Amino acid sequence: MTLAEQWVAFYTIVRKEIRRFLRIWMQTLLPPAITMSLYFVIFGALIGSRIGQMGGFTYMEFVVPGLIMMSVITNAYSNVVSSFFGAKFQRFVEEILVSPMSNNTVLWGFVIGGVARGLLVGLIVTLLSLFFTSLHIQHVGVTIAIVLMTSIMFSLAGFINAVFANNFDDVSIVPVFVLTPLTYLGGVFYSIDLLPDFWAGVSRLNPMLYIVNAFRYGVLGVSDVNVTTAFLMVGGFTIAAYAYCMYLLSSGTRLRQ
Amino acid sequence: MAIALQIKGLRKVYDNGFEALKGIDLEVTEGDFFALLGPNGAGKSTTIGIVSSLVKKTAGDVHVFGHSIQTDLAAAKREIGVVPQEFNFSNFETVWDIVVNQAGYYGLNRAVAGERAEKYLKKLGLWDKRDVASRMLSGGMKRRLMIARALIHEPRLLILDEPTAGVDIELRRSMWEFLTEINRSGTTIILTTHYLEEAESLCRHIAIIDGGNIVENTSMKALLRQLQKEVFILDTPEVITPDLVVEGFDTRYIDEHMFELVLKKGSSLNEVFAALNKQGLVISSMRNKANRLEELFVGLLNAK
Ligand SMILES: Nc1ncnc2c1ncn2[C@@H]1O[C@H](COP(=O)(O)OP(=O)(O)O)[C@@H](O)[C@H]1O
Ligand SMILES: [Mg+2]
Repeated sequence: MTLAEQWVAFYTIVRKEIRRFLRIWMQTLLPPAITMSLYFVIFGALIGSRIGQMGGFTYMEFVVPGLIMMSVITNAYSNVVSSFFGAKFQRFVEEILVSPMSNNTVLWGFVIGGVARGLLVGLIVTLLSLFFTSLHIQHVGVTIAIVLMTSIMFSLAGFINAVFANNFDDVSIVPVFVLTPLTYLGGVFYSIDLLPDFWAGVSRLNPMLYIVNAFRYGVLGVSDVNVTTAFLMVGGFTIAAYAYCMYLLSSGTRLRQ
Repeated sequence: MAIALQIKGLRKVYDNGFEALKGIDLEVTEGDFFALLGPNGAGKSTTIGIVSSLVKKTAGDVHVFGHSIQTDLAAAKREIGVVPQEFNFSNFETVWDIVVNQAGYYGLNRAVAGERAEKYLKKLGLWDKRDVASRMLSGGMKRRLMIARALIHEPRLLILDEPTAGVDIELRRSMWEFLTEINRSGTTIILTTHYLEEAESLCRHIAIIDGGNIVENTSMKALLRQLQKEVFILDTPEVITPDLVVEGFDTRYIDEHMFELVLKKGSSLNEVFAALNKQGLVISSMRNKANRLEELFVGLLNAK
């Protein structure tokens, strides 16, 4: 296929992916908007006023970046895992598998679909947060870069999950049992400076800590960890996940009998 | 004439160790209407799966219009449109979206895709249903939707896996007419079926597959001729020679007391014995030669 044809194929997948999550907005866009508004009300406004300052900011200011990032991560991941698994489950992934488009086109089509939902939900949550606090983004480049890289990374991870999933339980296991707890423990709600040394050390093994803090650095200008390290880590994971996805597609693992 | 599909020594061993194809060879020339006939479990869908890259081959070669699926898969894929045995489209998408998106996957821009979608949906009687979610369609309509989808990139080779399974007689006829028409306009067609009748009325060439082996590969005419005869093995106490002739019948010498005789359907055993009597040849016993092909067909016909 020519480059122009690959582009048409890529655009076809992206368009279809975006239309899918917009069509089922009650399942995709509404829940994070409600959940995050509740977080803002409870942690930010009600409890937050009693907590006082955290890292030199009001508690509300402190939690907002982490909550935005959490929404981006779970939504990018969930979009790709449920869409691609659905295609496998109903077998219409075969429409793609019999076509001449390249594996890169297939993969990036789904990944950009996931990125689109991650970013849209991130934007919705950001707008909602403005009812509770004001945001003055300190480092625009860092903010945009970390959101993009993270949403790509978790879209790729969602793709891997979809390839191996055998049923709808396998689709929700990772978001519920891995992503959410790791994000909660990854410094969304507290600075790890507050933890005893041992638990602060353990926290440093959690990749979410780096992502949440890099984003918080972009927005607030403060971070518990080295931001360069965070970028290197996200970049490393993204490249590894991409390579693995390409391997899965070219070997036909779980896709071709 | 170009060769549309060439299969050489194709083997498939599934992950569970089952050998579904035992090294098959097949050749379909451009413009042909070809039937791959065989009972359930023979390996028809496996063969089509490999040709369309949904199943990975264990060994052998497949070329589609000269493009190897091993080294030039994208080019091979462009030449093929597949209508699978099982429905494989999204239940929630509309007929229009399914067909137009498929065009997109082949790199056709939306303007071309729209024109083609209109053309094929109209031809297949689905135009009125274009905005309907696919799950609302009847079985026959779903099958036709898959045909429209397979044709959207105008492939030179159309492969249909049991296209009329679950389609009622009336619709079957119109589907046959449609397929005949696109075959006449130059598209090579391969269909699998376990209905002999369907293959008979449509196809010019036929291969028969059973247990992962091709047991027959010939023109439809030759096959029908072959089915129009029965072979008997006759024993005689007398000594015969290889130049034995029984007037009016084909024979084949086996040994000095045994030979084969071919009886065309429609002629009677009385005629055989009249001829043998005339020659004074004594027959001590006689049995029907078990013909693998015939057994297979009896099986197929009974399975109906
Ligand atoms: N994924 C699979 N794993 C193991 N065996 C399979 C698989 N798919 C098909 N088979 C077996 O391979 C044989 C051929 O199947 P198939 O090609 O579907 O036959 P047909 O289409 O002629 O009915 C059958 O015995 C079937 O049970
Ligand atoms: Mg089959």
